[in-house]
Amino acid sequence: MLVQQYLPIAILVLFAIIMALIVVFTSVIFGPHRPTKKKLAPYESGMTPIGPAVRRLPVRFYLVAVLFILFDVEIIFLLPYAVVIRQLGLYGLIATGVFVVILTVGLLYEWKKGGLDWE
Amino acid sequence: MSDFVIFLIDAAVKAVLIIVGLVLGFAYTTWLERRFIARLQSRVGPNRAGPAGLLQPWADALKLFFKEDIMPTDADRIIYTLAPAVTSVPALIVLGVVPFGGQISLFGYQTTLGLADINVGVLYIVAVTSIAVYGVVLAGWASSNKYAMMGGLRATAQMISYELAMGLAILAPVMMAASMSMSDIIDAQQNIWFVFLQPIAAVIFYITILAETNRSPFDLPEAEQELVAGYHTEYSGMKFASFFMAEYMKMIAVSAIFSALFLGGYRFFGLENLLGGWMGPIILFVKIVASLAFMVWIRATLPRFRYDKLMAFGWKVLLPLSLANAVVTAVLIVLDIIPSFA
Amino acid sequence: MSLTPLHAIFALMSLFTVGGAVGVVLNRNLIYAAMYLVLSLFGIAGLFILLEAPFLAAVQILVYVGAISVLITITVMVTRCVFCKEPPPRQLTLVAVMAALVMVTLGFVIMTRFGGLTPAADVPADSIEQLGVAFVNPQAYLVPFEVASILLLGALIGAIFIARDDLPRDEEAVGGDDHA
Repeated sequence: MLVQQYLPIAILVLFAIIMALIVVFTSVIFGPHRPTKKKLAPYESGMTPIGPAVRRLPVRFYLVAVLFILFDVEIIFLLPYAVVIRQLGLYGLIATGVFVVILTVGLLYEWKKGGLDWE
Repeated sequence: MSDFVIFLIDAAVKAVLIIVGLVLGFAYTTWLERRFIARLQSRVGPNRAGPAGLLQPWADALKLFFKEDIMPTDADRIIYTLAPAVTSVPALIVLGVVPFGGQISLFGYQTTLGLADINVGVLYIVAVTSIAVYGVVLAGWASSNKYAMMGGLRATAQMISYELAMGLAILAPVMMAASMSMSDIIDAQQNIWFVFLQPIAAVIFYITILAETNRSPFDLPEAEQELVAGYHTEYSGMKFASFFMAEYMKMIAVSAIFSALFLGGYRFFGLENLLGGWMGPIILFVKIVASLAFMVWIRATLPRFRYDKLMAFGWKVLLPLSLANAVVTAVLIVLDIIPSFA
Repeated sequence: MSLTPLHAIFALMSLFTVGGAVGVVLNRNLIYAAMYLVLSLFGIAGLFILLEAPFLAAVQILVYVGAISVLITITVMVTRCVFCKEPPPRQLTLVAVMAALVMVTLGFVIMTRFGGLTPAADVPADSIEQLGVAFVNPQAYLVPFEVASILLLGALIGAIFIARDDLPRDEEAVGGDDHA
């Protein structure tokens, strides 16, 4: 049964979560607790913090995240093809080649428009 | 005992071994890094605790256990507490699909060294790597600190950018072995390692794993001159240590994955069958240590990237190069210039 | 039909999926809502594994958890708790009734029009190979496969269009340093 192959991974994930939580809570349990107001203030190189920590984000971060999603999807489409590449021969290469070329055009357009620049 | 119970115990024991191995590996990777980088910088490094400083990691751990746990006033309590755990879980589970050796026999019980050999092993690795972003981004947000926030965002953009080149670099060994199973990829390298047949993919993959683990020269999220300590600025005690644990465990894990994809994994031209199969894990261990030492060497050699250069390098050099490498490999395979390894 | 460990796993994954979805809807803090979304998506990945579709499970995690939710998370991270101070939604009962109605309708359609609950067909061991072949098979998914690339291209251009105000102009890009 195929599902059973994944049971060991489920067990590993469970153990990993338990382990990670144990590590996080050790110093909560063993460490001293002597909080002061200054100690708990946000660290800003010794100055009194100015303004909120959350600020507006350059739109570039969104652009990178969107581009990442698109090329991630491309890679996922390519992976099943990579497994049967020999079997499909020239026909498969051309069919997948069209797919890759269209996306490469997109990448070049992005590049030309400065979407990949970071200043 | 029924077969199913034996199967469960088998899996549980292997899972515990992976986790214990990674945690011990973490302790001694810090030792390796400090000793080796000291040598490279003409220093001695930690040498007081135990012979050659071998007890130093335990002293450090004990110290961190008893450090004060700080919860900043403005922090989001729940996410601030859970973010370090979220960071270390992917590092602990990514090795679940990597074989450590072949068939072995222990007190008459036959088993395979390796937790699970699923037929989408490569996809599992890429998927687990992709969720590793969360710990960093949540830690940065929950700390409610400008440096932490900026470090977290930088780390996110960096990790997702380099993930693309990593995915495309992995395509090469998958195409060569015509399989996404890690054991098939290792078996396909019995006669020649893929690092010799796919040097560009191997180099790109190695660069991207440095970026994924935030190792030097890609350690910008924690660029201390600009961002104090980046996303873990506000963390202390074992929560702080969790981030380091995750980083070093990821170094070990990606070294093992690199070995499996490009260096023949636990195999070494038949030597892995010695000692009743137990030579396999030893070979893999040697390869992992070599890779870790190489990472330390890189850290001692290269200065840190500037952020705009780093993003440009990822998108304008690595991504097109890895795409071109994948296309050329595909053409060579279809034209049968590269022989079948499956 | 006796209960097996599979049923327990199915129940747990369904709990993640449905509970996560409820958490997304009811949470006023957007970051928490995003994290519940991630939980829900993990539950769906688990359900795919139970359906013996590991490729889809991995894609679910890679694309939805590892990419789309990351975008959602960094987007809501920089918004300042927009809804935090608002009172909880008032029309919860109405919404719950509507949701239940939709569920009953869908269930009814599935049971009557699509032949009810049937055991999943046996998944071939080489399902990924078959998927790779089907992608380029004109009788199967060749056209959707190529159209997908055009869709992605459209999204790429759209992304640039949204961000265009923030990008350097072509002439500025040459001597960009002076303007910084």
